[in-house]
Amino acid sequence: ASSLVVLEHNNKEIQQASLNALTAASQLGGDISVLVAGNNADSVVESAKKAAGVTQVIYANSPNYDGLLPESFAKAVVAAQEKFNFSHIVGPASTFGKSLLPRVAAKLDAAMLSNIIAVKGEDTFVRTIYAGNAVATVKSKDTVKIMTVQATSFDAAKLEGGTAGDPVALDVDGAQDQSKWISQELSKSDRPDLATAPRVVCGGRGLKEGSNFELLYNFAAKIDAAVGATRAAVDAGWCPSDMQIGQTGKTIAPDLYMAFGVSGAIQHLAGMKDSKYIVVVNKDAEAPFFQVADYGLVGDLFNVVPELEKKLAK
Amino acid sequence: LSLSLSLSVMLSRILVGCKRVVHYQLKPRVKPDKSGVITEGLQHAINPFDEIAMEEAVKLKEAGKVKEVVAVSCGPKAVQETIRTALAMGADRAIHVSMDDAQYEALQPLAVAKLLSKVVEKETPDLVFLGKQAIDDDANQTGQMLAGLLDWPQATFASEVELNEDGKVIKVVREIDGGLETINVTVPAVVTADLRLNEPRYVTLPNIMKAKKKKIEELKPADLGVDISPRIDVVSVEDPPVRQGGSMVADVDELVDKLKNEAKMF
Repeated sequence: ASSLVVLEHNNKEIQQASLNALTAASQLGGDISVLVAGNNADSVVESAKKAAGVTQVIYANSPNYDGLLPESFAKAVVAAQEKFNFSHIVGPASTFGKSLLPRVAAKLDAAMLSNIIAVKGEDTFVRTIYAGNAVATVKSKDTVKIMTVQATSFDAAKLEGGTAGDPVALDVDGAQDQSKWISQELSKSDRPDLATAPRVVCGGRGLKEGSNFELLYNFAAKIDAAVGATRAAVDAGWCPSDMQIGQTGKTIAPDLYMAFGVSGAIQHLAGMKDSKYIVVVNKDAEAPFFQVADYGLVGDLFNVVPELEKKLAK
Repeated sequence: LSLSLSLSVMLSRILVGCKRVVHYQLKPRVKPDKSGVITEGLQHAINPFDEIAMEEAVKLKEAGKVKEVVAVSCGPKAVQETIRTALAMGADRAIHVSMDDAQYEALQPLAVAKLLSKVVEKETPDLVFLGKQAIDDDANQTGQMLAGLLDWPQATFASEVELNEDGKVIKVVREIDGGLETINVTVPAVVTADLRLNEPRYVTLPNIMKAKKKKIEELKPADLGVDISPRIDVVSVEDPPVRQGGSMVADVDELVDKLKNEAKMF
């Protein structure tokens, strides 16, 4: 195999999910090139050279990559593919990768595999369907195999051990006038990042109203946890959409996941079932979520959370 | 009056993709021969994200910003049920790209994107609205692939769509990993709907009756010149590993003890 991994970055650092994608690519065997399309992203290039398994860094340097627009990035990926003819093109299953890779696949007339969770061979991969209710093993017949990688299913590659030399410049600037980045409102919090935090506290409908999320925020602060939510809680406007865990939200796999007032819909389960330890607190003893809990506690979250906070705080 | 009306209508057409899927509340079982999941006999519905896409198109029509909304769905005869739902929501007419059950079961996003691109050539819509993903294969590819094939801009994960005054640019707020992002894309464009774009309406009986009179044009993949044979083979479909759960603790003290001494999480 000779793979290309498309890195997502902010011109300074590589985003974590791309390092998980790198590990998936290393399981394909063979050389690994990475594409850094960015605007003066020299520090990203330096990190990428050192990343485990990387044999070549391809650098497309242009302000056209600001805003991570797929119309621009697809030009760079297609140009890299035309130049090097990779057997695999791999990206993170982040909103960036999910937007970009199918566009690239169509341009190259190749099918695509979304959110792979395992590599079985050069052409055979595993992914889930129906919100994780079934696991499909699939075999690609295309000459170039294009995929996004579920971050929680692969360890992050370390930024050491890479053998790449100076970056190879890619002769494409990604200019286009079809789309334009205007602004971003990133949710600000001092809590750890939900996607990568080792501990996650999650709230659902049982919290009854948005202001009660403060209870979870306070508890999370005491135990260094990220805070997530169910679709019901997000739909009710109790918290922003980037906190949603599940089939259509984020997929997480922390060491410890603690759910409060979450019934455990299959769509939610799809986003957290790979957590190492699952704690479920619900006052309804019949809540289906208890079936997957390592530790289930029937109780009123409004009493349990403050007590847990007192007894677990550092 | 007619002059001012025609001036206020900015777009001639929006094409909306509507996939027929197993109802989101149902959990399909894996086939004994591991070749797929059993969908026969299960209630089906319009893919929830496509329903949101349709709602957005109909709202633009009701606001006088677009003349016509056309629904399109690929699949066997049964997808006409899904198409009728789309028509009852407010689509003016529909296109059914028809195929048999076996072809539909093996239909993959790239093939759908190719079929849609041919429908786009025929219908010349200003915008194509699709759901961000279908809840059966969870692929999240078709909109991006369609945009790639057409070389149109794409706005995925849309939670807000606004047409500018001359109808040449749309402003889209997108749900991204860390929060929200606003982009402008030129028309024509592909937009994929996220959960919070809108709340789809309930279809009413009078509208269901009206929908029965609306036209559904039937096309075959061959009419569109598209090869829909799969590029990915399914080796096996299996049940996910069962998680051993169900252990209960009596109180917070026991939970704290287990977390500290058994799980060693604290």
